[in-house]
Amino acid sequence: MTHQHTVAFDSGADPSTARVGGKCAGLLTMTGCGIPVPPGFAVTTDAFDAMLDGGGLRAEIGSLSAGLDLSDTAGTERRTAEIRRLVTERPVPPPVAMAVTAAYQVLGDAGDVPVAVRSSAATEDLPTVSFAGQYDTYLWVRGADAVVDAVRRCWASLWTARAVTYRAANGVSEQGLSMAVGVQRMVDARTAGVALTVNPADGDPSKIVIDAGWGLGGPLVSGEMTPDNYVVDKVLLVPVRTTVSPKHHELVAAPDGSGLVRRAVEEARRTVPCLTPAEVTEVAGLAKNVERHYGCPQDIEWAIARTSTADGDSGPRVLLLQARPETFWSRRPRARAAVVPGAGVSSIADTMLGLGTLPT
Amino acid sequence: MATQSRPSSGQRTSFPSPYEQPAPEGAEGWQSLYPYNMLFQPERRAVDEAKFWFCDSQHWPTVLKPFETIGPELSTKCLGQFNTRHFLVPPANGVECRIHQGYVYHHPLTVERDEAAARVPEFRRRAGYYFAHWDALLDNWKRKVLTTIRELEALRFTELPDVQPYEEIERGVGLDATETLLGGYDQLLALCHRAWQYHFEFLNLGYAAYLDLFQACGQWFPGIPDQAVATMVQGVDMELFRPDDELKRLAKLAVELGLEHLLTVPGPGQDTLDAVALAPRGRDWLDAWEAARDPWFNFTSGNGFYADDRYWRDDPALPLGYIRDYVLRLRRGENVDRRVTELVAERDRITGEYAALLDPAQRTDLEAKLRLARKVYPYVENHNFYIEHWSMGVFWRKTRQLSALLHRAGFWPGESDMLYLTRDEARGALFDFASGWARGSAPVGPDHWPPEVERRRRIVRALATRRPEPALNRPPAAVTEPFSIMLWGITSEQVRSWLADCATTGDLRGLAASPGRADGPARIVHSPAELDLVRDGEILVAPVTAPSWAPVFGRIRATVTDIGGVMSHAAIVCREYSLPAVTGTGSASTRIRTGQRILVDGTAGTVTLLD
Repeated sequence: MTHQHTVAFDSGADPSTARVGGKCAGLLTMTGCGIPVPPGFAVTTDAFDAMLDGGGLRAEIGSLSAGLDLSDTAGTERRTAEIRRLVTERPVPPPVAMAVTAAYQVLGDAGDVPVAVRSSAATEDLPTVSFAGQYDTYLWVRGADAVVDAVRRCWASLWTARAVTYRAANGVSEQGLSMAVGVQRMVDARTAGVALTVNPADGDPSKIVIDAGWGLGGPLVSGEMTPDNYVVDKVLLVPVRTTVSPKHHELVAAPDGSGLVRRAVEEARRTVPCLTPAEVTEVAGLAKNVERHYGCPQDIEWAIARTSTADGDSGPRVLLLQARPETFWSRRPRARAAVVPGAGVSSIADTMLGLGTLPT
Repeated sequence: MATQSRPSSGQRTSFPSPYEQPAPEGAEGWQSLYPYNMLFQPERRAVDEAKFWFCDSQHWPTVLKPFETIGPELSTKCLGQFNTRHFLVPPANGVECRIHQGYVYHHPLTVERDEAAARVPEFRRRAGYYFAHWDALLDNWKRKVLTTIRELEALRFTELPDVQPYEEIERGVGLDATETLLGGYDQLLALCHRAWQYHFEFLNLGYAAYLDLFQACGQWFPGIPDQAVATMVQGVDMELFRPDDELKRLAKLAVELGLEHLLTVPGPGQDTLDAVALAPRGRDWLDAWEAARDPWFNFTSGNGFYADDRYWRDDPALPLGYIRDYVLRLRRGENVDRRVTELVAERDRITGEYAALLDPAQRTDLEAKLRLARKVYPYVENHNFYIEHWSMGVFWRKTRQLSALLHRAGFWPGESDMLYLTRDEARGALFDFASGWARGSAPVGPDHWPPEVERRRRIVRALATRRPEPALNRPPAAVTEPFSIMLWGITSEQVRSWLADCATTGDLRGLAASPGRADGPARIVHSPAELDLVRDGEILVAPVTAPSWAPVFGRIRATVTDIGGVMSHAAIVCREYSLPAVTGTGSASTRIRTGQRILVDGTAGTVTLLD
C-alpha cells in the first residue's frame, strides 16, 4: 500500500477513498465537477498516521489519555495540554513535511502564498454529530515551514479538553482517531458570506438566501456582524428581497501582507450593498449548482476576491470555500401554502375574494 | 421586486389633491376642453378627494385632445360593464375615470365583501360558461369584430352635392345627403363603442384566470418574481407579433430577389415602392407586400388611443423604414428572427423547475391553473391587434376624413382640428354644417371655431409642458383590486415606491419586467413621432411603449417605462426580444434626459443614473 500524504483538490482523486476527511472530500468533489474552488490540497490521514506512528507518539498519547477523569476539569485541561505539547514539539516526519512543502509550492510561484489551514476530520459534520468548529483553523499562513507547523497544530487540536469531552459525550472512540487537514489558498475577499438553498425563515425551497459582508467571511459566520441579506428566486436567480444593513467592521489582509486585520469600514461603504445585483445572481447560481450536485439543500460559504473587477468577464468571480448539507428544513415539513385548489371559475372567485385578506 | 432600504423620514404619505394643483402657465381654463363628467368638479370635491386616483399613462402618456376623450370614456365604461353587468366579477366593478390637466386618472371600484360573496354563484355560472366554451365564443368574437371593422370601413364622409340627384325625386326618396353624413357620424361612434365592448368581452376573464395562477404561485413560492409567472404563461406565436414578423419576411424576400439596394435607400417611402415595381422580379415582392398589408399593416406606431397615431397601412414610410433596418441587419449577417426555440426552452425550464419544487397535489393544481392561463393568455395579447390597431386604425382614419371635410368648409384651420372639439361638440358642428348647406347660407362654425380651436391648441400645448403626477390623493393601506394589480401594475409596493421616489433624488425603481442588465445613453420618447430619433445602442425611456414599436427594439439595448406591469406591452415585447426592461418607474421619462447614461437592471427592477 502506497502512502500518499497530500492530495490536490484538482487531482481528480476519488473523494470516497482518498482519506482526506469530510471537508476536503467536498472540495475535491466540487473542484472535480468544475465549480470554482480556490486551489489547495488535503494532508491525508495517512500523513497523520505517519506522524503518530513514526516515533511512538500514538503510544505516548494513549498512556496520557488513559484513565482520564473527565469530571476533573482542571486535570483534563492539564493532561490534554500535555498531549498537544507532545504533538506540536515532535518533528513532522520528513516525507510528510516534504510532501506538504511540495504541494504548497504548487499553490503560488513565490513560495509564500497565504493559505488557510483547517482540520478536515473524518468524523466532522456527520449528520448526527456536529463537530463543526471543534478543531483549529489557521488563516493567512505563509511559507512552507509555517504551513507544516499549522498542519501539526491542527492535528494537535484533536486533543483540546473540549474535543475530548465532546467525543466522550457522543460515544466517539479515541481508538483509531485520525484527522486530515485542508490547505487552501486564501481569498483576499472583498465580500464574503454564506448561502442557503432554502429560505431558513419558512423552508421555502424556491429561494436561495444569501448573507454577505465586506471582507472575509469569518466575522459573519461567527455572528459578530449583521450581514446584508438577499433573498433570491432559485429558478430565475433574481433577488426578490434585499436588506442592506450597516456594516461597521471588516476582516481584510493587512496592506503589508503580514496577516489579517480587523478594521473599521469607512462611512461611505457601510450602508452600500456589498454585492452588486449581478454578483447576487452569481452567488445564488453557485449555491444552486452545489445543491443540484448533491441533490439536497446546501449551506455554502463563498467569497469574492478583492482583485476581481466589477465587469471582469474572465473567470469566475465567486469562489466556493465550503459546502455542507442544510440540516434544519431538510428534516422538517413545511407549512402548507393556502392555495385555492384546482383551476377555473370557482378557484378564480375564491382567489379574488381572498385578495382583500392577503398581505400585499 | 427588490425593496432596498428606503428613506423613512421626509417621505410623502399622500399624493397631491387635484383641487390644489394650479394649472401650468398658459393652460388656465383647460377644464373647458373636456366633458363635465370627466372633470374633478368643485361640487364633488369631498367625494373625489377622498378617493385614490392613479394616472393611466400606460394608455394615455400624453395630453388628450378633447375628441380623444372617447378612448378613456368608452374603454372604462366597457371594462366596467363586463365586471358589473355581464359576469358579476365578485370583488370588482369598473373604474371611475377623470381627466386632470390633460391626463387620465382612474379610481378602481371595489365591491363590499357581502355583496361580493353574493355574486359568486352567478359569476360562476356566467364566467364558467365562457371558460367552458372559450374557443367557440372566441371564434364568434373574431367574426363580430371583423364585421364591425367592415362596417367602419364602409363609412364615407364626402362632400355634399350641390343638389340632390334627380333620380331621387322620381323615386320619392325624400332624404338628403346629410342623412348619410349625420347618420354616418352616429354610426362611427356607435361602432367605436361596439369595438370597445368586444375589447373587454374576454379580457377581464383572461386577467382573472391569470390572477388565479399568479396568486397561487405567490403562495407556493412567496415573493416569486412577477416575470417568472408571466414567462410561464407567455405564448410565443401570437398574432400580435405577426406585423413585425411580416416585415422580417419581406426583408428576407428582398434579399432573395436581389432588391436590397432599392430597399436600403435613406428615407424610404412611396418612391421606393415605385422603384421596386420597375425592377425585375419587383412585382413578386410587391405582391408579397400587398398580401402582408391587409390586414397586418393595420398597425399603429402608437397605441390606438390617439387620433394622430401613424398607421403602417396609411404611411408606407413606417414599415419601409423598419424593412430597411432588417435588410441592413441581414446584410451584416445578423439573425433578425425572434429566438422562438430558445424562448420555448426557457419557458419550459422555468415551469419545470418550479413544478419540481411542489408536492404532487400542488403540482396538479399548478398544471391546471397554468393550462387555463395559457389558454386565455393569447387573447390578452391578440385582442390588441384587432381592437387597438385594426378597429381603431379605421376609426381614426374615418374621423380624420370627417375633420378634413369640415376643414375644407372652413370650420377649422388645420385638417385634423376637429380633435380640439369633444365628440358631442363635433356632432353640433356637423349639424351646423349640414343645416347651413340645407338652407343655403353660411354655417356659424367657420366664425366660431377657428379662434376657439387656436385657444384650445395653446392650452393643450401648455398642459403638455408638465408631466402628470403618478397618482392623486391618499393611497389605500393596500391595493387589493384585481384589475389595478394585473392590468396596470398598481400594487401597494408600487405606490410606496412612487411616494419614496418623490422624496429622493437617487436612482429609480420599478418592476423587474424583463431580465438582464444593460447600460447606455437614454433616449426619451414621448410619442411615436419621436421614434425616428432612436439610435443604435440607446436605451429607450418612454412613458409607455406600444407593441408596434417592436422594430426599434432591434436597435436599443433596454427599455424603461413610467407605467405598466409585467404584463404590459413593453414587458412582453422586451421578453420576446430578450432585452432588459424596467416598467412602472413612475417618472423615468421626466427624471432622465436624452443622452444621459443609465444602467438598466431588468432583473432587479432598478435604473441607475450614471451621470
